[in-house]
Amino acid sequence: MNEFLDALTLARWQFGLTTLYHFLFVPLTIGLALLVAILQSAWVATGKVKYLRLTKLYGKIFLINFAMGVVTGIVQEFQFGMNWSNYSRFVGDIFGAPLAMEGLIAFFFEATFIGLWIFGWDRLPKKIHLMTIWFVWIGSAASAYFILAANAFMQNPQGYVLNEERGRAELADIGAVLLNPVAITQFPHTIFASIMFAATVMVAVAAWHLARNQFVDEMRASLRFGLWANILAFLGVGLTGHSLGMVMTETQPMKMAAAEALYANATGADASFSIFSWGTPDGAHEIFSIRIPYLLSFLSDGTFSGTVEGINDLQAEYTEAFCGAGSTLLTCPSDGSFVPIVWVTYWAFRWMIGLGALATLVSVVGLWLTRKHREVPAWAWKVAVWTAPVPMIASLVGWIFTEMGRQPWIVFGVMTTESAVSPGVPGWAVLVSLIVFTIVYGGLAVVEFKLIVKAAQAGPPEVTATSEHGDGNDDDIDHRTLTTVY
Amino acid sequence: MELTTVWFLIVGALLIGYFVLDGFDFGVGMALPLLGKDDTDRRVIINTIGPVWDLNETWLIVAGACLFAAFPEWYATMFSGFYLALLLILVALILRGVSFEYRHQGKGAQWTGWFDRFIFWGSLVPPLLWGTAFANLIHGVPIEPLEMGGWVYTGTLLTLLNPYSLLGGATVLLLCFTHGLVFIALKTEGDIRVRARALATKIGLVTLVAAAGFLVWTVLEHLGDENPLLVIVPAALAAVSLVSAIVLNLRAREGWAFTFNALTIAFALLTIFGALFPHLMVSSTDPAYSMPIAGAASSQKTLELMTWVAVFTLPLVLAYQAWTYWVFRKRISRTHIPSEEPAGAH
Repeated sequence: MNEFLDALTLARWQFGLTTLYHFLFVPLTIGLALLVAILQSAWVATGKVKYLRLTKLYGKIFLINFAMGVVTGIVQEFQFGMNWSNYSRFVGDIFGAPLAMEGLIAFFFEATFIGLWIFGWDRLPKKIHLMTIWFVWIGSAASAYFILAANAFMQNPQGYVLNEERGRAELADIGAVLLNPVAITQFPHTIFASIMFAATVMVAVAAWHLARNQFVDEMRASLRFGLWANILAFLGVGLTGHSLGMVMTETQPMKMAAAEALYANATGADASFSIFSWGTPDGAHEIFSIRIPYLLSFLSDGTFSGTVEGINDLQAEYTEAFCGAGSTLLTCPSDGSFVPIVWVTYWAFRWMIGLGALATLVSVVGLWLTRKHREVPAWAWKVAVWTAPVPMIASLVGWIFTEMGRQPWIVFGVMTTESAVSPGVPGWAVLVSLIVFTIVYGGLAVVEFKLIVKAAQAGPPEVTATSEHGDGNDDDIDHRTLTTVY
Repeated sequence: MELTTVWFLIVGALLIGYFVLDGFDFGVGMALPLLGKDDTDRRVIINTIGPVWDLNETWLIVAGACLFAAFPEWYATMFSGFYLALLLILVALILRGVSFEYRHQGKGAQWTGWFDRFIFWGSLVPPLLWGTAFANLIHGVPIEPLEMGGWVYTGTLLTLLNPYSLLGGATVLLLCFTHGLVFIALKTEGDIRVRARALATKIGLVTLVAAAGFLVWTVLEHLGDENPLLVIVPAALAAVSLVSAIVLNLRAREGWAFTFNALTIAFALLTIFGALFPHLMVSSTDPAYSMPIAGAASSQKTLELMTWVAVFTLPLVLAYQAWTYWVFRKRISRTHIPSEEPAGAH
């Protein structure tokens, strides 16, 4: 088959691109909803106008971003059926349930209250309006939980039975699906990472204005708030990341081995973590590396004497388990390899940790430099502005690691990715759709970025009497301009 | 009643919710270049749906997810089979959605012009293609069972374009257009309100012609069904509702005209679901290959769980969405739109 028209390869590229793109907007939505809710609460509690102005500024950035999260989310749902119809029919009985719950319980809730928050400034009493933004945050976080539970089924399937007669996996225990240890650890990890992302954007906006000595009162408040939020969120990311690593070692040892490019089993001091390494192109032989002894053992099971399984041993183990007599493409990949692309997992794992730590280092230094009555050096503002995309990239490579590290499986141990693709969709159709999404998404990314920068640079808007709230039954609303309209 | 039938009805209800609610959003988008004489007019028109378009579109996402959970085979076969049509719908929905948010963030006729075009085409394409797709489901598409289980669509995009399905697409498009015009009349004040009402009468009459043709054709095709009343009754009710909506609109009873228009859309979809029952997709290759509701459904356990979730959440969802419509019940007029854009926005 023509390599450029291979539906499987193209469908994988499309899933990767559209999912990473979707995930540019989702964490900023989740993180900013929380930070904006806190700012608005501060305004309602203290009555200080600076908090209201900050709510409006970051609320505007939140909204520009939110629309993109919604419309790119529809693509995520649809492409399971469009490109991965074999997957959809094989696991839909289980995988569909958390998606439907997400819609019914979380997404309706979030979408309704976001409309009320945006357009409710003129119409709702103060406290009810404050409640709506908190509901938006609760809805977005709940939404994330159900999606991560669905993803956790792909990483660590549990709560299902195979129905030979129907040729599919069926739900056995919804509790096991929703309380999957991968979901339970992945959820706080993702939420904390989202808060880091949003906090870094907040710090960057504040630094840009402070470097120009404008809106000093508001921007100092938002700078310190953002720096603290970033550091606290990083602590959460680190702790939950450690739990996630241990769960991953237990449920998907191949992913952990691939994260470290560990080919043979290693115990204790030998289970070292390399910060940097240089090897042969296939990664199987090492030429040079900087290593920390015991660290991999600690990351894997929390002790300094653990044994970490290597790629070669796992490959042999899986070949016996999944490629025996009578096995099909469902569990045995056509090339017989159970090893993910090791250079991708190895470097993605390091960039994720490294960039997350870098953003927090910037925050710690920032807190020190901006303490009271200090002259802040000009370079510090520049560093803060340029740090804005760092946690975002860390989040993206984190997902590249999670998803690429699962390969060749779409559902670990149950279904291979190559058996999941739609049987009736020709490669050229997937290529057309990949090209269309790339063009549309690319164009929108440029517009979105410019609008966010413009909104950020405009600074906190002036607030007038009309930005105060209505009493819920205001008849004068017919005779004045509204503060919030499209 | 079998749980599989219950879920056929729930998914049907969610789809009706989607087309009744997002239907007027589509109509409002289509009306934008026709009714919006200047930028302030166009902003009034967009703001009639400002607070609600997003939650209305969520009905599609929820209907899609429930369809996936309850009928994985249907979801897999239809979504992979109608591939390019769905791609067009997705692009249209993406461009329409971001345009509402982006349009007022920039300045100048060129900037707003782009987003006005996105809103117009993004509102026109989805109902046309959804209508075409649904008409195809009952008219029959080339699907056949796979050896490993499930079905596969063996046609192309062109297979989906036939006179019957295109008439179905045109009917859904026009129903949404009329629905949006009546909604604008209901939600605005002054000159736009009068013009929306007048245009709704004209488009309503065109809709009546298309809908009558589609409904009669559908009824004729299904007279030989086991239970033809499942098609005849909703088709007749759809026709009566549409005539009532047009008459009420002529008499300037905007609220009632809107209600009957919503009923028309609901009955038109019920006609389609009635014609589909007891199948989810009809095969044009061989009637024996048609996809039965029970054969495409999830396990009893999944359906039971989903039933509990739906029973507890849907009343709550309806309650808070009704509250939203109550909060934003006031009419919008030119006086509400800040003259200096976009300083006051957000």
